[in-house]
Amino acid sequence: MLKLDDVSVFYGRVPAVRALSLEVAEGEIVSLVGPNGAGKTTTLLAIVGVLRRIRGTIEFEGESLKGRTPEQIVRSGIALVPEGRRIFADMTVEENLLVASSARRDRGAIHGEIDGLCERFAALGTYRHTVAGKLSGGEQQQLAIARALLAQPRLLLLDEPSLGLAPKLVEGMFALLRDLRERGVTILLVEQYAAQAVAVADRSYVLRSGALEISGTREELAGSDVLAKAYFGGVEDAA
Amino acid sequence: MTEILQTAINATSSGGFYALVAIGVALIFSIMRMVNFAHGELIMAGGYLLLVLAGVPLLLAVLIMILAVVLLAVIIERVAIRPVRGANPATLMITSYAISYLMQNLVLLTVGGEPRSVAVSRHLLKPIEIGSLNVRLIDLITIATAILMIGGLSVLSRRSLGGQQMRAAAQDFTMARLCGVRADRIVAVTFGVSGFLAAIAAVLLVAQTGVLNTTMGQTPVLLAFVATVLGGMGSLSGAAVGGFLLGAATILLQTYLPREVADYRDAILFSLVIAVLLVRPNGLIAGRAPVTRV
Repeated sequence: MLKLDDVSVFYGRVPAVRALSLEVAEGEIVSLVGPNGAGKTTTLLAIVGVLRRIRGTIEFEGESLKGRTPEQIVRSGIALVPEGRRIFADMTVEENLLVASSARRDRGAIHGEIDGLCERFAALGTYRHTVAGKLSGGEQQQLAIARALLAQPRLLLLDEPSLGLAPKLVEGMFALLRDLRERGVTILLVEQYAAQAVAVADRSYVLRSGALEISGTREELAGSDVLAKAYFGGVEDAA
Repeated sequence: MTEILQTAINATSSGGFYALVAIGVALIFSIMRMVNFAHGELIMAGGYLLLVLAGVPLLLAVLIMILAVVLLAVIIERVAIRPVRGANPATLMITSYAISYLMQNLVLLTVGGEPRSVAVSRHLLKPIEIGSLNVRLIDLITIATAILMIGGLSVLSRRSLGGQQMRAAAQDFTMARLCGVRADRIVAVTFGVSGFLAAIAAVLLVAQTGVLNTTMGQTPVLLAFVATVLGGMGSLSGAAVGGFLLGAATILLQTYLPREVADYRDAILFSLVIAVLLVRPNGLIAGRAPVTRV
């Protein structure tokens, strides 16, 4: 479904990601983990067209995304839940969701769908007409996810969705990802919370300093110390 | 009492005018982080278009002029600004200066440099008596127009998808694009709306003064820029409030300053602005725009 082939992403002359190849098949949950500065966010931003200085090819459903703008890429079926959520803090929850439906053609269906999301994410229903900046971190995360879902993505990219959430909310978050997959959404998940991300994902890629360290299925990575070593350079997993 | 009311009406009219100009400048700043000095030349262009259209029935002339100025604003964005969009604020500001001088010189070459007079309608300037008040129709029209425009914009920005997209883009342009907001389109629409406000300002200004010259838009826009800083850069309501206060203060100072210091009106006005900014460096209503030095 998504295929990165030998992709390097540049900030100025310096590549933040070097020669990364990665694949996500339809229906999978794939995680991209690694320490701070490994190039995880850079990779996601390159996929959605925000970062344009790229070498190599990125293909989605067999078509190259080269030269496409973020607004075109979201229309082709990829939505991003960005790092730090980036909700529109001065606008109400409902306004956030309406803006998020910009990519949709079937405008008639939007209001019903927003009603549905407000039921599914109870906090959004409660605060529907409240300015989004007043929501708690967990509620804002729900809003960021609901916003991405309104684009009706076939592939959902999430950048550190667990960051800043209480452990209990993190569990809910991962349960939600499994639920979304049941509904046919393919997921590429970026996390620093490596253990949980690797456990929820079918396959994982471990990045370090902009390059692929190892990759493998949950079974291959679970229980081995390969992951811990590659990831932390031998230091025990503190999470 | 009569005199106070009289002054209040004049101050409100002047404040309303500057609020409209300031919103035109602030709209583009909020989306692009660009201080658009060429806004003044859109006003100027609108004025000269009324001169060209002299003889056409007034309402029709105004309508044609508004359409032309909106179109001009959109063309300027497409030709001159889109190629440098995303450049640093200094580049954007210099670009807007370049457009501004280009337009002034185009008018110098085609129409000439001497001031021209254009009479929109003499009725507008004639004082009408309401009780013991002598009010010029143009002041009432200016006040009504400002209320209508600001009210309309605020409803549109909340209720229409375009308005919501514009506010989203103002807060986080990239995130808005990730939500599917088309960057080119939203910027073009913003310039169009800003051009519309410039055209309205042109009608009001020309009706008020009856004089055209190539630099007629500079002073209002400079004051509008100060107003957006005063109100809080990036905040539209801040711009409206700042513009209103500055415009109103101009009239109040003019009316109540003792004759000996009246010549220093602008110096006193801007001293007041500095004083306010010393107390509230982010403006009266702080916007969300990251503070950058320009």
